[in-house]
Amino acid sequence: MAGMEYAYAVARIRGKELTLLTGDFLEQLIGAASSEDCIRLLKEKGWKEEADDEAMLEAEREKTWNLIRELVSDMSPFDVFLYVNDYHNLKAAIKEAYLQTPRPEVFSDQGTIEADNIRKAVKNRKFGELPKEMQEPAERAYRVMMQTGNGQLCDIILDRAALEAVEKAGKESGDDFLKMYGELTVAAADIKMAVRSVRTGKGRKFLEDALAPCETLDKEELIDAAEKGTEGICLYLEKTPYSDGAEELRRSISAFERWCDNLMIRRLKPQRYNPFGLSPLAAYILARENEIKSVRIILSGKRHQLSQESIRERVREMYV
Amino acid sequence: MGNLGVVLALLGAVLAALVAGIGSSVGVGMSGEAAAGAVTEDPSLFSKVLILQLLPGTQGIYGLLIGFITLTQIGIMGGSSDISLAKGTLYFLACLPMAIVGYKSAIRQARASVAAIGLVVKRPDQFGKAMIFPAMVETYAILALLISILSIFGIASLPV
Repeated sequence: MAGMEYAYAVARIRGKELTLLTGDFLEQLIGAASSEDCIRLLKEKGWKEEADDEAMLEAEREKTWNLIRELVSDMSPFDVFLYVNDYHNLKAAIKEAYLQTPRPEVFSDQGTIEADNIRKAVKNRKFGELPKEMQEPAERAYRVMMQTGNGQLCDIILDRAALEAVEKAGKESGDDFLKMYGELTVAAADIKMAVRSVRTGKGRKFLEDALAPCETLDKEELIDAAEKGTEGICLYLEKTPYSDGAEELRRSISAFERWCDNLMIRRLKPQRYNPFGLSPLAAYILARENEIKSVRIILSGKRHQLSQESIRERVREMYV
Repeated sequence: MGNLGVVLALLGAVLAALVAGIGSSVGVGMSGEAAAGAVTEDPSLFSKVLILQLLPGTQGIYGLLIGFITLTQIGIMGGSSDISLAKGTLYFLACLPMAIVGYKSAIRQARASVAAIGLVVKRPDQFGKAMIFPAMVETYAILALLISILSIFGIASLPV
């Protein structure tokens, strides 16, 4: 019956949400004396110790995706979360082809298509073997890289294409939450890029190439605002659904970056009370990704003996 | 035309049992899915979620009751089935509250039950409160049952 799907899956996710890391637990991790103590605390929470931190985080990510694969027969709506990895692999493949040195370790195996297929298509310049959305930006980025050797230009083309793919996939999923995810991902990236362009003195041309269009932001207005400096961006943001970001941007760049990171997690929270549909599952995946990112920040901070305060500044808000 | 009276009355009885029964089966099935998910994560929740699963099942029972009473009143279960067209129409109309409200309330109750199962998974100690939310929907199924029963019993003594 429409609107009542995934009752089984959502009930299981409700159970799994009980094991998500809370803000208080992260405080405990931040307060731990060493990374070994953090790992001990994580083991008590059911995390499995692996050879190194990255392997442990990877195992946790795999656990999440295995659970979702078990609950949902058609995984395609969740591809929207993996496109970024596909485009990362594409960037790596183009740079690998340019440098003509194989770097298999930089490829991610979390994409929707095999990294080796992307590498092969780029190496043989058979862009038609890539998914339709990727073909044109891949060819353009490859040409730019080969003609200019400018990796940043290549990144701009592919980052924008990745954002456009995420936004399009969100819209086409037919799920309101995934649509919101696509829109928010693009909007947050555009705002961040505009702010960084002010700080690095990049001009209008850069923003015109780099910003991806979205529904909640007017690209032209954002570029005009960025030309007026940080205050111009603040004034523009006040007219958009992201008005609270303006306040944070006026406070400090780190407060603003943190606001950008927390933007998504705050929009996820209502899904904790939604008993049906794909949205609570999608929110759980993002909550786990957020959790893994935060644990990575803490562990790496502990290993590099950063102060508790500077680790706390970088840690994101939690879903539960 | 006398035959048409009993046909209409029987149609009412059938609709009460059929439509409310469909609503309940959808509802119990849906909350059963959620209950299975809850028990997968925590088998100790079985008895609690079972009660929540069964809540949308009552409408089907009420529909059966209305159908059964109507059958006894119109002589299908024995006695005379000589029902006038007017009486047959009245029996038909009397069965409709249970059929329609039964169907709709079973589905809505199932939604509330699924949400309550989610609550119990997270806070098993709040089972009592969780049960109240879907149970509130039951009120309207009972009101429909009452009006159908009162109407069916009242029709017999009407001079039509």
